[in-house]
Amino acid sequence: MTPLMSARGLIKTYGATVALDSVDLDIQAGEILAVMGPSGSGKSTLMHCLAGVVRADSGQVRYGETELTTASDARLSALRRREFGFVFQFGRLVPELLCLENVALPLRMEGVRRREAERRAAGWLERLDVADCAGKRPGQISGGQGQRVAIARALVTEPRIVFADEPTGALDSLNGELVMRLLTRCAAEAGMAVVLVTHEPAVAAYSHREVVVRDGRIRTGTGVSR
Amino acid sequence: MSISHTLLALLEHGPCHGYDLKQAFDARFGHDRPLHYGQVYSTLARLLKHGLVEVDLVEPGAGPERKRYAITTAGVTDVEKWLAQPERPESYLQSTLFTKVVVALLTGRDAAGVLDVQRAAHLEAMRELTRRKTAGDLADALICDYAIFHLEADLRWLEMTTARLGRLGQEIRS
Ligand SMILES: Nc1ncnc2c1ncn2[C@@H]1O[C@H](COP(=O)(O)OP(=O)(O)O)[C@@H](O)[C@H]1O
Ligand SMILES: [Mg+2]
Repeated sequence: MTPLMSARGLIKTYGATVALDSVDLDIQAGEILAVMGPSGSGKSTLMHCLAGVVRADSGQVRYGETELTTASDARLSALRRREFGFVFQFGRLVPELLCLENVALPLRMEGVRRREAERRAAGWLERLDVADCAGKRPGQISGGQGQRVAIARALVTEPRIVFADEPTGALDSLNGELVMRLLTRCAAEAGMAVVLVTHEPAVAAYSHREVVVRDGRIRTGTGVSR
Repeated sequence: MSISHTLLALLEHGPCHGYDLKQAFDARFGHDRPLHYGQVYSTLARLLKHGLVEVDLVEPGAGPERKRYAITTAGVTDVEKWLAQPERPESYLQSTLFTKVVVALLTGRDAAGVLDVQRAAHLEAMRELTRRKTAGDLADALICDYAIFHLEADLRWLEMTTARLGRLGQEIRS
């Protein structure tokens, strides 16, 4: 099966620091891939290179017809808006907007009309079991709820790949479990791939397979992509 | 696990026949290993001998399945004592894993490889438990979480040891 995304020989340095040292990685459509490893090992850098947020010094990242390492900024930003979804450790919701408006925002930026954008946003809030947060601002809800709203915002454009960087990092075990259950269930239902960066084994256990990054290199991994 | 205390506690919940007692045990605690009838009846016989249970009803006919058992006051006290007594915290000193790592370092083999293979096997086990937990009810979740957190502790050790391999190798070979 042709991978959804394919990275070869990725190298990224920051001054004297070699953050990625010749990394190869394939992502299959619909798979949940955990990227594990100690902090500072290069997980986030790898994710950023795959997602077209950071350009690698050398190597290739192929996504469909696009070669991310040489694509124009406009093409990269279109991919990030339409094809990729992002979840971070802290929700990064816009504090001035209602949760419903936060989730509708990516659609609004794509030119979807307000009413339609909010209807779809409400559907995702429902699926992530935070429909009751719709009319509240991010400051008025709990961390666990905020993270589920952030996931709704990442999924609302129905991306092909969701990049999640330590999505449970700021949550306790119970909320982390809830977030992982909902994220993996929603991704499976919608056929999205998830690149799940985490150093927590209990979180990585929701994946289909894992790779381990150590000193900018991929060591080993197990599991099978579906 | 103390099967006799658990059976006793189930009887405190309400008197029942040996057969129903086995069913109740299996439904709540027998996820991996259901009880044998023999175990149930031999345990009941022992509890009876020690005065912790009594036969409160005998139906006409013969055989152990005709008797209904009830907990006695002494039995209730016994359950209470068991619950109040902490379990001995297990310490897993000198695990096989530690030995393997030292042996690998001593013989100049790839100790990081040993740890990586183990880490992968642990994560695969956690993945299976997570699937079971996600598909099951709350009791399944509690049982799986217990195992998951123990595996997680092992994984933390594996991670720490991986980070310390360089120094450990120097100490061992010096
Ligand atoms: N923008 C940056 N500028 C300088 N160094 C960076 C930058 N981003 C990452 N690094 C360095 O690259 C290495 C890998 O970092 P990162 O990918 O964030 O690791 P992880 O996500 O696994 O904790 C680290 O040594 C980090 O300090
Ligand atoms: Mg990181």
